[in-house]
Amino acid sequence: MFLNLLLQINPGSTESTLGTANPVSIAIFFLFVAVTLYITYWAAKKTKTGSEFYAAGRNISGFQNGLALAGDYMSAASFLGIAGMVATKGYDGLIYSIGFLVGWPLIMFLVAEPLRNLGKYTFADVVAFRLKQRPIRIAASVGSLLTISFYLIAQMVGAGSLIKTLFGLDYEIAVIVVGVVMTMYVLFGGMLATTWVQIIKAVLLLSGATMLVLLALAQFNFSPAELFQSVKTQYGADMLAPGGFITNPFDALSLGLALMLGTAGLPHILMRFYTVPDDKAARKSVFVATGFIGYFYVLTFFIGFAALALVGKDAILSLDKGGNMAALLLAENTGGSAFLGFIASVAFATILAVVAGLTLSGASTISHDLYVHVVKKGISDEKGEIKVAKRATIFLGVLAVALGLMFKGQNVAFMVGLAFSIAASANFPALLMSIIWKGFTTKGAVWCMVTGAVLSLVLIVISPTVWVDIMGNSEAIFPLKNPTIVSMTAAFIVGILVSLAKPEKAASDLFESEKLRTYLGHGSEK
Amino acid sequence: MNTDKTHEILESAEFKKLVKTRWNISLSFTLVMLIVYIGFLLIVAYDKEFLKMPLGDSINLAIVVGLGIIFFSWLITGLYVYWANNYYDADVHEIKKKL
Repeated sequence: MFLNLLLQINPGSTESTLGTANPVSIAIFFLFVAVTLYITYWAAKKTKTGSEFYAAGRNISGFQNGLALAGDYMSAASFLGIAGMVATKGYDGLIYSIGFLVGWPLIMFLVAEPLRNLGKYTFADVVAFRLKQRPIRIAASVGSLLTISFYLIAQMVGAGSLIKTLFGLDYEIAVIVVGVVMTMYVLFGGMLATTWVQIIKAVLLLSGATMLVLLALAQFNFSPAELFQSVKTQYGADMLAPGGFITNPFDALSLGLALMLGTAGLPHILMRFYTVPDDKAARKSVFVATGFIGYFYVLTFFIGFAALALVGKDAILSLDKGGNMAALLLAENTGGSAFLGFIASVAFATILAVVAGLTLSGASTISHDLYVHVVKKGISDEKGEIKVAKRATIFLGVLAVALGLMFKGQNVAFMVGLAFSIAASANFPALLMSIIWKGFTTKGAVWCMVTGAVLSLVLIVISPTVWVDIMGNSEAIFPLKNPTIVSMTAAFIVGILVSLAKPEKAASDLFESEKLRTYLGHGSEK
Repeated sequence: MNTDKTHEILESAEFKKLVKTRWNISLSFTLVMLIVYIGFLLIVAYDKEFLKMPLGDSINLAIVVGLGIIFFSWLITGLYVYWANNYYDADVHEIKKKL
């Protein structure tokens, strides 16, 4: 069947076949959906208890979880977006991608092991461990659900427009297909199916991007120096050095902090640490994830420059003014439309894996944090909890599609930055202080999370990103494009001051006795 | 769980040292990472010319530093895993024997 399809393709044509139905991409896409739905069917039989639904029975190995973390984190936006940024703005694209990587070492040093030892299914488990359950769960859910929703909107809208460009499929149909398929993964296969979808996607994406770089470098005798030389000759040496991306150092610092510390506050990433058997495996998974994600960003850097050298800036910009099609044009240029089809379907698989992770994380917040610990006051009936988790999954699937349709054609690029800002300002400070500071109190944590979330939201609305670029006002009230430097600092200060104002003896006593669990893993969830 | 026993361990010098060493390492590594990344951003913001310094015919300092930070992130993460697997876990194992 494949051979047949390959024969119909004419790689010699000069016109790009982007936007037309490419038989290879359709075949690979159907194969991917068929395989992943079969895995979901297999996983469904092994997904009965709460720990199976939320945490794949804690049976995922450190290496597998590392790949799945990479699959959860590397979005189509970072694949196509960063390659496109390099292809149109040069070196600045690398500055941006470095920001997405440097958070990973911090996850390792600060949160991965204590998170695994103290928690059960969500990061709120850790914050609430020695504090009062209900207020913490409510505040942490607000932070989680806001982060997840903004991230989800950006992914769904991106998915719709990407699929429209790639396959010529209607935006609405694309959004519905993504919503339905990912809901099936999560609803029936829970964390086990989601994990394997993310692993397969990570392998596809990493091998696809590697092949793309090799095919492109082959045209430069496999010498990166020759590639850089070609870019330099065609576009000047400035393309290979920092340009206009960072002009205001505070803006740079604020975005840098959002990307770095926000990574350690993303609920769908943190949740993955509960899928491994112990803290040692959690550690290994961060190392594996950091390696693969770092490697991936090195690849996107080369993809961007190779597209610039081989396809050309004008050709890339003529298809999409953001440069998002650079990687795909390079695939077509180096490997013909069959390879373009392969890379396009990899991009589609990438979206599915990320939105499935987000939806599962949102569902666990609703069922585990809000239903069990707020509505049911901690008296958990496992059957009831899973029922709520599954309803929440359907609800979030419908919501994701609705939001994707609602925001069609809107500029949603800022929402990823906003999601990272809320994660860095509302989730990360509370999580970190609950792990390392004995004096942290319930009130301190609640005010910390509320301050971080509200400030992120309010400041982004009055920032140049929304106030000027989207609402069309001439001057922004708040000068920075990303609010994190203010919102995160404020969250830390408020959390510390409120905690100091009124100590909570029960919480600081428990901090001592929980130490055996935090540091030795004694009594952790098995 | 025997509460006397846990209390004894919590108060023991070796457990206190374990916790202290863990955070000394973690927080120093975090600081190094913050300095490397924020330092990079500040150099980009204030001294772009410095990063344009050519190294060979076609490569410049900016490319080496940028890709170097990616490699460094991976290296420092690996260093932490090496320390934790070989030293931290050994101490944890010793203390756990007493539980």
